[in-house]
Amino acid sequence: MKKTLMALAASSLLAAPALAEDVKLGIILGFTGPIESLTPDMAAGAEMAIAEVNAGGNFMGGHTISSVRGDSTCIDAAAASAAAERLITADKVSGIMGADCSGVTTAILQNVAMANGVVMVSPSATSPALSTLEDNDLFFRTAPSDARQGQIVAEMLMEKGYSSAAMSYVNNDYGKGLADSIQSNFESMGGSITISASHEDGKGDYGAEVAALAQAGGDILIVAGYLDQGGKGIIQGSLDAGAFDIFFLPDGMIGDSLGEAIGPDLDGSIGSLPGTDSPGAAKFGSLAEAAGFAAGPFAAESYDAAALIILAMQAAGSTDSQVYKNSMMGVANAPGEKIYPGELAKGIKYLRQGLSIDYVGASAVELVGGGESAGNYAEILVDGGKMTTVGYR
Amino acid sequence: MTDILNALVILANFIFVPAMAYGSQLALGALGITMVYSILRFSNFAHGELMSFGAMTTILVTWALQSSDISLGIFPTALLAIPVAILVTVVLAVAIDKSVYQYYRKIRAEPVTLLIVSIGVMFFLSGLVRFIIGPKDQVFTDGQRFIMKARAFKQMTGLNEGLAIKMTQGITVVTAFVLVAVVFWFLNKTRTGKSMRAYSDNEDLALLSGINPERVVLITWVITAALAAVAGTLYGLDKSYKPFTYLSLLLPIFSAAIVGGVGNPLGAIAGGFVIAFSELTITFAYKKVLTYLLPESMAPDTLMQLLSTDYKIALSFVILVIVLIFKPTGLFSGKTI
Repeated sequence: MKKTLMALAASSLLAAPALAEDVKLGIILGFTGPIESLTPDMAAGAEMAIAEVNAGGNFMGGHTISSVRGDSTCIDAAAASAAAERLITADKVSGIMGADCSGVTTAILQNVAMANGVVMVSPSATSPALSTLEDNDLFFRTAPSDARQGQIVAEMLMEKGYSSAAMSYVNNDYGKGLADSIQSNFESMGGSITISASHEDGKGDYGAEVAALAQAGGDILIVAGYLDQGGKGIIQGSLDAGAFDIFFLPDGMIGDSLGEAIGPDLDGSIGSLPGTDSPGAAKFGSLAEAAGFAAGPFAAESYDAAALIILAMQAAGSTDSQVYKNSMMGVANAPGEKIYPGELAKGIKYLRQGLSIDYVGASAVELVGGGESAGNYAEILVDGGKMTTVGYR
Repeated sequence: MTDILNALVILANFIFVPAMAYGSQLALGALGITMVYSILRFSNFAHGELMSFGAMTTILVTWALQSSDISLGIFPTALLAIPVAILVTVVLAVAIDKSVYQYYRKIRAEPVTLLIVSIGVMFFLSGLVRFIIGPKDQVFTDGQRFIMKARAFKQMTGLNEGLAIKMTQGITVVTAFVLVAVVFWFLNKTRTGKSMRAYSDNEDLALLSGINPERVVLITWVITAALAAVAGTLYGLDKSYKPFTYLSLLLPIFSAAIVGGVGNPLGAIAGGFVIAFSELTITFAYKKVLTYLLPESMAPDTLMQLLSTDYKIALSFVILVIVLIFKPTGLFSGKTI
């Protein structure tokens, strides 16, 4: 009898790795708050990656993955930390896809993720401060730092012949970081920023901000804000008052809702958005369409963030953050077989065979430095009320 | 002479016109807050969301009208939809009163209890609005966009500076004035209005003179909901409709009501304009205006801004604090909080 029990125990121990387990992945995005119109598509992107792996069925010997959503609110650090705390301690997630806005991402990383030792991959936090933050190698992002975007913006402005610009930025980590980066790059190239003033999101009226910007003057108005929020209010106000005709729109301002809201007056404005002409982007677009959501801003990065976590778990053969965090850079970068959206099952198969992969994904992922995207940008031109991509850099 | 005109046009374009429109929107909102405060005796935090609900109803009706090809020509179709929105909002406000507030009135709850109940109602309404129309931005302005365009003004007058007046700004100011006049006439000239003022002044005395309190409460909610629906719609027409902004609108509306003297309808109107004008005049960069006015040698090369726009939000609080220190009942002697 004792022997039988022993044998049973031993066999169950041996069988353990093959037992189908449910691995949980946290998705923390601002489902309420200033970017609540972007986040449903972002979450859908991440969940599409999870569904794809589940359909493939081979993840770590038959494990399934499920997602748990949390609300980062985008602006409320305390609420975001509480949501992350719940995901980690109550839902026992093995990794976090998120958060979205730079401020809450920093808060979650410092207060919750590092304390509990859980990997975080943000699809959209772009503040330069996150590059240098102490993170125990737990933090990654599939979005590039705004230090890089500032350089791109300054180059584009110079090439288009704008030598003076007024700038309005949203008063948070994202806006401030980007504005500083644009200003220092633009001024070192010989341009001048006539005024750099912040605006608050969700305010009733932007008359005061527009008035100050208009009085400072400039060839173009750079609006480093959010398209559903103050950024749109500033643009609308400037056009209505006849203060500016041409705008520069960094990544937070790119989205079809802006063109729909403002209309043809926005034509001729330019912008930049993390993006690439790699085949992955188009492939992701058609996959998203088939799944019934729009491949809007940061949806591709969200898909990639979730995919990277899953592939790193597979490569490390563990769902423990302390173990698989070391595999993140390996699966994201060369050398290895290139993996595009829709090919996650193939990636898992290669990893199971002990081969190395280079995850390209939907946003041409290439992790540099402390684990952030190298930064490919699409040049945007507003034409006929639509945001069109005219080039890449 | 042209220099002075140019300077005046700048001030009109960037301060007077926007402040009039914004002030009217704040005034209508503050009037609603003040009505509830003076008659039902609590600060209604759900007012912003009631405005949001009214605007949402207008949008839904506007869509229905647009799809059946009914429009108002150069005016926004939403004007046609407002009466329906008022009706729906009134029904909702009365239903909330019957199901929630009535109970707390019956047990004679403290004002602070009612205030917290209103926060609960606020969350309920904000959820309801997002459930029906979603969190996204909705643009429902149609018709002619401008009464006066900046470029057309320049061509017409030959001045360097343009003056732009939006159709929605014009509609906002006119509607606000008409509505305020009607409310004042109602409160001062009609029997029901007088009984409401009596009830607000002294509840027990009013009861003794045979005023039916439930009727007064009902009419208060009807007026408040109508004001909220119109204010919310005007606001959404002028900017754009997004549920999230109505929460943050609550702050300037409350400061407007308190600055003017909470409980005093006239104060609410004045408070709205005080907040709007001070936000714009104090953070304005006077560089161009002074360049026009002063001789060339004295032209400023800095922005000549009293306070950066970064501090705009703090400004309404500063005004609030100053008023409360020197005149605790507000500019127009309302009640003390």
